[in-house]
Amino acid sequence: MSDSAVKRTIDAIWRIESAKLIAGLTRMVRDVGLAEDLAQDALIVAMERWPAAGIPDNPGAWLMTTAKRRAIDLMRRSKVRERKYEELGRSSELYTEDDIDDALDGEVGDDLLRLIFMTCHPVLSQDARVALTLRLLGGLATDEIARAFFVAESTIAQRIVRAKRTLNASRVEFEVPAGDELKERLSTVLEVIYLMFNEGYTATSGGSWIRPLLCQEALRLGRVLAEIAPSEPEVHGLVALMEIQSSRFKTRVNAAGEPVLLMDQNRAQWDRLLIRRGLAALDRAQKLGWPLGPYALQAAISACHARARTAAETDWPRIAALYEALSRVMPSPVVELNRAVAISMAFGPAFGLQLVDALASEQALKDYHLLPSVRGDLLFKLERFGEAREQFERAASMTRNDKERGLLLRRAAECAVKEAGGGEPE
Amino acid sequence: MRFMMIVKGTKDSEAGIMPSQELLEAMLKYNEELAKAGVLLAADGLHASSQGIRISYPEPGGKPKVTDGPFTEAKEIIAGYTLIEVKSREEAIEWAMRMPDPHGKGEGVIELRQIIDPTDLTQNPETLAMEAAIREKMERANKP
Repeated sequence: MSDSAVKRTIDAIWRIESAKLIAGLTRMVRDVGLAEDLAQDALIVAMERWPAAGIPDNPGAWLMTTAKRRAIDLMRRSKVRERKYEELGRSSELYTEDDIDDALDGEVGDDLLRLIFMTCHPVLSQDARVALTLRLLGGLATDEIARAFFVAESTIAQRIVRAKRTLNASRVEFEVPAGDELKERLSTVLEVIYLMFNEGYTATSGGSWIRPLLCQEALRLGRVLAEIAPSEPEVHGLVALMEIQSSRFKTRVNAAGEPVLLMDQNRAQWDRLLIRRGLAALDRAQKLGWPLGPYALQAAISACHARARTAAETDWPRIAALYEALSRVMPSPVVELNRAVAISMAFGPAFGLQLVDALASEQALKDYHLLPSVRGDLLFKLERFGEAREQFERAASMTRNDKERGLLLRRAAECAVKEAGGGEPE
Repeated sequence: MRFMMIVKGTKDSEAGIMPSQELLEAMLKYNEELAKAGVLLAADGLHASSQGIRISYPEPGGKPKVTDGPFTEAKEIIAGYTLIEVKSREEAIEWAMRMPDPHGKGEGVIELRQIIDPTDLTQNPETLAMEAAIREKMERANKP
């Protein structure tokens, strides 16, 4: 193997092993920053030795042993952390190659779970949680994370350093929360993963945009979590939601970069493998218990679309019922607006319009362009073209997405033609 | 990127002889490891080619010809496959190296093939150009 090939292989090994290494080392030294440094040091030793000596049979165990030796050296020299050193000394013979092999059966899975609860800890800001999780659980380099978020590398580097400092200063324990705390903390973890996914999936403003790395990493972390916390229904719910949404990755934007609405997407191009995985994950969530949580309900709604072979076959009454259930566990005007759309599709635009009109005074939707957009669509279907035009124009003035504005103005023009009693717009 | 790890057939797999308990357990454990790393998409074993059917087109523009199995040349026959989603070719190789020897009798062959993704956004030059432009804009905006 050439040196550059060895280097690329080491990168790949790092991707596979780094989270397990850092998690295992954090358990030993109780300091996630130190654990990461030790793992990085071991990586540097590997880069020096492996090109000449060859890659060991069990690179994960090799890295762990090397990192642990360095930990012991460090403690011996500094003599500051007496207690930790003694603990390490006692456990130094415990972590053998067999342990690494067996580790996946239990201990390492548990360590990974502890680590993700730590990187998604509520003492950290939302941005810090995402960056630290990508770094420690995803094994991503700082520049990769910076590129994914379109920010400077130094910004991310600082964010990560501060996050590790905050965790230490707040004496955050390396543990899986128990009892009532578990539910709350788990929802924070799921929120971080879904935020990561959405960050990759949607463009917040300007031209439409998709950032695949974040979506892929969020989905991978979700799948890992489903393996190490298999009894949590919402974990499977979130995985189901991300798998099904990812199945439409290729069809949601056309060649010109414009968003394609769900109903207009080419269903033949949806990824059947991801749909199958999503439906299986949803099934697991449903088997683990009712009532369904917010992620499982959103996945169930997404699954209704995935199951429909054509847009016309969509089970709208079921979607409307699922939105109603969702509005009970996660009350929000946006969910209510979606329910109105589902009801109009199931039972006719007049029923939907009643619900949308009720939302008109909702303060939270004051700047939400989809409210007038949906209203305009329903009014158009009811052939109230003058009112529809006003709504589309209003929506166009509110959106920050250029492509969407163009679409809304075209619809307004279409209304104007109908209003004047004309036929198809030019 | 997605890769398919293709396990080639052997005399035993073609004869319908099940792998040993030990190998089955090792494969199960390996699949678990893939799942726990979040890279496993699908894994299946296939029946022997004696139960397979081949559809060929011996004449250009002609009708398809249907042939029942078994087919000869065990090495050309697929006994099973595992689909994984990874970030690099090297990561795929690293995972394939960790798969247990699929037959254990000196006949084991695993072939690694990348799945074609025509709309792979990370590979699309237009997308990459757009990303570079946005990055440049952001970096300018970030400067004081």
